[in-house]
Amino acid sequence: MPDLEQKNLAALNSRNGARRGAAFDDLHTEPMRIQFGPSHPATHGTVKIVLDLEGEQVIDADVQVGFLHRGFEKECETGFFYQNIPYTDRLNYSSPILNNVGYCLAVEKLFDIKTPPRCDYIRVIGGELSRMADHLLAVGASAMELAAFTPMLYLLEGRELIYDLTDALCGARVTTNFVRIGGISADLPEGFKDFAVERLDKVMKLVADADKLLTENPIFRERMEGTGRLSAAELIAWGVTGPILRAGGVPYDVRRVTPYLVYNEIDFDVPVGEHSDNFDRYLVRMEELRQSRRMILQCLEKIPAGPVNTEDRRVRWPGKRQVFSRMEELIDQFKLVLEGGTPPAGEVYHAVEAANGELGFYIVSDGTGKAWKCRCRSPSFSNMSTLKNMLIGGQLADVVPTFGMMNMIGGECDR
Amino acid sequence: MTADKPDSPTNAAEQAPALSPLLEKVKARMGALVHEYQTFRGDDRIHLDRANLVAAAQVLRDDPELAFDLLLDVTAIDYLGQPDDFTTRLEVWDRNQAAMRRLPTRRHELVLPPPGPHPRFAVVYHLISTTHAHRLRLKCRVPADDPTIASLTSVWPGANWLERETYDLYGINFVGHPDQRRIYLYDEFVGHPLRKDYQKRHEQPIEPYAGPGAKEPRRPQ
Repeated sequence: MPDLEQKNLAALNSRNGARRGAAFDDLHTEPMRIQFGPSHPATHGTVKIVLDLEGEQVIDADVQVGFLHRGFEKECETGFFYQNIPYTDRLNYSSPILNNVGYCLAVEKLFDIKTPPRCDYIRVIGGELSRMADHLLAVGASAMELAAFTPMLYLLEGRELIYDLTDALCGARVTTNFVRIGGISADLPEGFKDFAVERLDKVMKLVADADKLLTENPIFRERMEGTGRLSAAELIAWGVTGPILRAGGVPYDVRRVTPYLVYNEIDFDVPVGEHSDNFDRYLVRMEELRQSRRMILQCLEKIPAGPVNTEDRRVRWPGKRQVFSRMEELIDQFKLVLEGGTPPAGEVYHAVEAANGELGFYIVSDGTGKAWKCRCRSPSFSNMSTLKNMLIGGQLADVVPTFGMMNMIGGECDR
Repeated sequence: MTADKPDSPTNAAEQAPALSPLLEKVKARMGALVHEYQTFRGDDRIHLDRANLVAAAQVLRDDPELAFDLLLDVTAIDYLGQPDDFTTRLEVWDRNQAAMRRLPTRRHELVLPPPGPHPRFAVVYHLISTTHAHRLRLKCRVPADDPTIASLTSVWPGANWLERETYDLYGINFVGHPDQRRIYLYDEFVGHPLRKDYQKRHEQPIEPYAGPGAKEPRRPQ
């Protein structure tokens, strides 16, 4: 072997010594550039990763996003505040209610509106259902990409059961458009509590089955343990939030750190990992599924009676019967359609804990019915910016579990 | 809309000049670097001169009482034609008329408002401390004729993509950024779409496919 190659190999070995076995030292390899995506079975969501390989080892990676860029923020500047809610469904389409809640809370903070307690409880129920659907998909899809097909079927069946609950809440399964500024589109349907308890029990059975199939599965563990590692300090420096940061041992959860809605009135644990690898990210997600169910059951017990919409005339849509029979409500309706409800000038930032991390909306208002700027701080985008650091030094086969546990959602990352 | 309280410094000074506890801490440590402190709806924000940005960021990150270790967000605001950042209120009715006016669809129909007296852009940073759980917003004004500001990638590496996005959509140049390329849009795209003078309906030609291998993906050196 020529000296130059010897040198290159020696340099590589010293850089990535931990993960490179001695057996590869005698193997002749050449650096190679391959394109992972944009259309690849493991890139759920369109993303391209340009990988530089030395043998099977990743020595450099360039993650390219933006294939699903739709101009969310530009679109929000041209519509009234209430017209933007459907767009937020399409940010993280696995957990749309969480996005609805985040956007509406930011707008309500700008208007300085307090929603009735029953509305807050229903928002928590809807949001946690969404979080469960998102985690079920994330874990199921990741398992499938590692060739474990059966758990994926179990978990997606669980997601279907949760979609039935979402359907009962708002009449839609995926693009919910459930939350309104100052309220929600509809109160809980009759018998929702029993329906939810029954469905959640079934979901938990499926989760337990998948848990048995995955957690002690030697192949699954082999591919998840110790891959995609990044220290907690690095995760924080790179702006990572959500299950990935918690798997690194940092108990940062917006629901606990800066509580909103009724999260300070209900009991829940924030699971944290210790190894900061893909397996811990998987375990954190599985535990969050159980915690979400716990929260929903508590909310269903505690939920008070009362109205679900605010009476604030700047944002409340009057009922049709009143519009056709009363002057005041007719005026309100006209004002809302033509001016969109005017907040004071100012700027607010409000964050919620979405399925992948902190989802924040930063709204700048000039005092008209349209936002001057509506910025969405999406968790996937910040999390993806450090994917490169998780991949470098690992094997090509580690790209798939690391990317799966990243759970990049194109709609949210590319906006 | 008499119930609305405008978010203005004069108004705040008349009512209560007291700063929030967090802003008191910030003021004690970096008084000379900051030229304005504001709180609106419980959100604390400070306004900086862009020359002081990196020094201020280092204090914010390293001081144990502040410890802003997590950079959440970087973005910009385009205040085209506005007298300031909405602290001076125009008549609400005039604003509404402007908001409802049908947007012109072609570039030559566009009548731009005259530039305001203040710098056109503001670059906005959102920070949180994972130990103290407090949040802070930094704002720096950036003029239109020289839209540059120092990059914060040396303080928080996570600023990398967020600054690339701000460059892509607003055309703000981050001096010292290791890899400033467009992130969402393609390289041939002309203009920066979140600027207020970029019309929503403006269309650009689709770049023809050049064939395999015609263009190597651009990589940082």
